[in-house]
Amino acid sequence: MTPGTKALWVHLCLVVLLFALNFLLPEYHRGILSRVMVLSVFAMGYNLAFGYAGMLSLGHAMFFAAGLYGAGLTAYHLGWSVWPAFGAGFAAGTILAVIAGILALRTKGVAFMIVTLMFAQTFYLATLYFTTYTRGEEGLVLPQSARALSLFGISFSLTDPTVRYMLALVLLALVLFALLLLVRSSFGRALVAIRENEERMRMLGYDVFANKLSALIVSAAVCASAGAAYALLFGYAGSGFASIQYSILPLLWVLLGGAATTLGPIFGTLFMFYAVDITSSYTDAYMVVVGLALILLILYFPKGIAGAIRERWLPWLP
Amino acid sequence: MAALRPLLATERLSRSFGGLKAVDNVDFCLAEGETRALIGPNGAGKTTLVSLICGRMPASTGRVLLEGRDISRLPAHKRVRQGIAYTFQITSIFANLSVLDNVALAAQRQFLDERSSSRGRVEQISLDALAQVGLAPYALQRAGSLSYGHQRLVEVAMGLALRPRLLILDEPTQGLSDGEIETFIALIRAVGEFTTVLLIEHNMDVVMALAERITVMDQGRVLAEGTRDEIRANPAVQRAYLGSVR
Ligand SMILES: Nc1ncnc2c1ncn2[C@@H]1O[C@H](COP(=O)(O)OP(=O)(O)OP(=O)(O)O)[C@@H](O)[C@H]1O
Ligand SMILES: [Mg+2]
Repeated sequence: MTPGTKALWVHLCLVVLLFALNFLLPEYHRGILSRVMVLSVFAMGYNLAFGYAGMLSLGHAMFFAAGLYGAGLTAYHLGWSVWPAFGAGFAAGTILAVIAGILALRTKGVAFMIVTLMFAQTFYLATLYFTTYTRGEEGLVLPQSARALSLFGISFSLTDPTVRYMLALVLLALVLFALLLLVRSSFGRALVAIRENEERMRMLGYDVFANKLSALIVSAAVCASAGAAYALLFGYAGSGFASIQYSILPLLWVLLGGAATTLGPIFGTLFMFYAVDITSSYTDAYMVVVGLALILLILYFPKGIAGAIRERWLPWLP
Repeated sequence: MAALRPLLATERLSRSFGGLKAVDNVDFCLAEGETRALIGPNGAGKTTLVSLICGRMPASTGRVLLEGRDISRLPAHKRVRQGIAYTFQITSIFANLSVLDNVALAAQRQFLDERSSSRGRVEQISLDALAQVGLAPYALQRAGSLSYGHQRLVEVAMGLALRPRLLILDEPTQGLSDGEIETFIALIRAVGEFTTVLLIEHNMDVVMALAERITVMDQGRVLAEGTRDEIRANPAVQRAYLGSVR
């Protein structure tokens, strides 16, 4: 088997495993996993920009929240049904990425971090400013009617846990395989090379700015899809998701799971979610415990979970 | 020589860093097909001049013409696509990639616009370039694991894989062994058959073996230009450069 087919099988197996878990897991964990799958998609989007293309953005909460509100606001106020609302979220994130990217990509390094952070803060403050529409921190709770999905002529309710789980899995699988293709394409390899040595790539005839901008737009589109899916599947859109915390979280998930690995973001998100879930049931100071766990993990697995697996056992892992 | 049309010309090209005029009003002309050496003492402005030509840095004033067309405003990557390739004085390769992948990055760019299924051709061009510099046996090794001299040759192979019309080599033999230098001279002779070459070089044996004409820079200016014998006999050159070496 070539490394390419081996990698494909590993990814397929993971998707099949997740499918099987729907029937095996107790209700509570199934709910968590649905959420983790959607947030993993957010992490995967972030990973493309940060892990592969080397753009350390501190503003990706904006893209997730643009998806969340694009879908949430249109569903809540305009009564849009699931598909158009999802499309609105997707479009909102993508358009924002074009604007933010053209401006922010004139900078790099620390300046890039600050500019992206400022963009996201502006977006966050806007969600608070327009409280009349967004209900700010309290957020919007989508009515039952906004969460009915018609597919192939059949009507599904997104409040049904199985429907929710399966849709989250479909989104995860689509994004996972699309990214797998992308990072192994010549575009993906060019991004990694740009991360390693921008100046050299320019002198090989690559348009570095255009490549980075494309990567940022794809990254944001993925994050916005996650946001839109989150709003529609879990029926909630609040400004907390636009706060700085949600720019830092995907960075942590990706670092934990393994930057520039296709599977890492899933592992990282899952690990962190359960770390918080388990420790918070024992102590109120759970963030201290989680923080310690993170420090230890980064000390002993500096390349993250999937990064360590790749380094030690499976060098062909993409 | 004068009958050949100029491939590249600069007009009153200048670049200052603060008060320092690193390149000072340089008019420089390169004929299609020639192999030219650019020499001069350390800090003369050679790297800066070719950086202005290939667009790595913007000029303060002046123009760069490729076949008579002004390319001064083109960003570096577009100049590369027009056929100007630059190999770095300070080795600048992708240490974590294989030697072949390094060269493939150079080769694949040309096909990205065509959208043709081209993996086979990219690999062929890359392997050819590696064979030319004698690195074919190392194709699958990690580039960072090669000896310094071989890394320099990877740099040259990347330049060749771009299939340029003008190949600019910035001190390519620095750090090569005597045997490697012999091979390198033979390589550039072969390349020079169908490509214009601009060679920045401190090793005078290499210069004398390869260059038909030589341009000497000193303190940002062109001090002299001519055939090997003219340059050897030029007293100003001897004072400024050759004298300081011997
Ligand atoms: N980016 C820069 N910023 C400031 N000064 C610079 C810069 N690049 C070059 N210089 C200065 O410009 C002058 C010319 O430098 P350049 O590198 O072009 O010389 P060179 O002829 O290539 O020398 P060498 O043979 O040592 O490579 C030097 O005095 C150098 O210190
Ligand atoms: Mg130099």
